Amino acid sequence: MKIKEIVDTLEATVYYGEELMDVDIHSACASDMMSDVLAFVKDQALLISGLCNPQVVRTADMMDIRCIALVRGKQPTDDMLAIARQKEIAIISSDYRMYTACGLLYARGLQPGDSKV
Amino acid sequence: MSGLHLEFDVAGNNFVSAGSASDEVKKTLKMLGVDPVAVRKVAIAMYEGEINMVIHAGGGKASVDIDTDKVKIVLADEGPGIPDIALAMKDGYSTAPDAIRDLGFGAGMGLPNMKKYTDEMKIDSTVGVGTTVTMVVNLR
Ligand SMILES: Nc1ncnc2c1ncn2[C@@H]1O[C@H](COP(=O)(O)OP(=O)(O)OP(=O)(O)O)[C@@H](O)[C@H]1O
Ligand SMILES: [Mg+2]
Repeated sequence: MKIKEIVDTLEATVYYGEELMDVDIHSACASDMMSDVLAFVKDQALLISGLCNPQVVRTADMMDIRCIALVRGKQPTDDMLAIARQKEIAIISSDYRMYTACGLLYARGLQPGDSKV
Repeated sequence: MSGLHLEFDVAGNNFVSAGSASDEVKKTLKMLGVDPVAVRKVAIAMYEGEINMVIHAGGGKASVDIDTDKVKIVLADEGPGIPDIALAMKDGYSTAPDAIRDLGFGAGMGLPNMKKYTDEMKIDSTVGVGTTVTMVVNLR
């Protein structure tokens, strides 16, 4: 699924990454705890989070994640956008809550990035 | 080949700069053409350790040695130390206060992640003196 399809599905606002809309995303993970995210590595992933601080972008970068979808209408801070631009990680924001955002993407065929522990 | 040596001061309790040492190391490894899977392992393990120094120990020093066959990361702080290392290594064990949890850390998964992504890991810690974490990721 391309980032632009994720934007459409989540009716999201793009804060950074207009030129990344054609990047292909193969899997997703969702969490507000960064070490939880860092425990499961998959290629070309989307990070869905309700957490909104610079470490979300750092975490995404360490994992080579290409897109962060903030939920519950969270707006990225300038600190976050600065790192995102440098690292070319798209940041989008959706008014949906976490559960709904995940459900919508799952229904559209986006795979989970982890397996059962 | 003689390796590359990098050193960083990691500022305590600065949540914006936290992770910048790991970022530098990741960039350097990428530039050197190191296998992306190994780069990611180093990046994640060092980032977890760097964050631990920031939130649990008031900062510290990171030193990284890059050789053709391995990357060695040493994270040394003069924080409170870890009283029970075996307990700290357990999945889900955390002493992080709620304020840290609100920032997205404190799941008690950092040390287990560091162990998982590295080939060798050793923790030396003395209560009241500090903690040194040494990690090695093999490149071949
Ligand atoms: N450098 C350190 N100095 C002092 N205590 C530490 C240090 N690193 C880890 N600890 C202790 O070990 C515990 C477990 O660390 P770990 O990284 O696994 O989890 P966490 O940092 O609490 O949460 P997470 O890493 O999931 O965000 C910490 O809560 C803390 O008590
Ligand atoms: Mg930790």
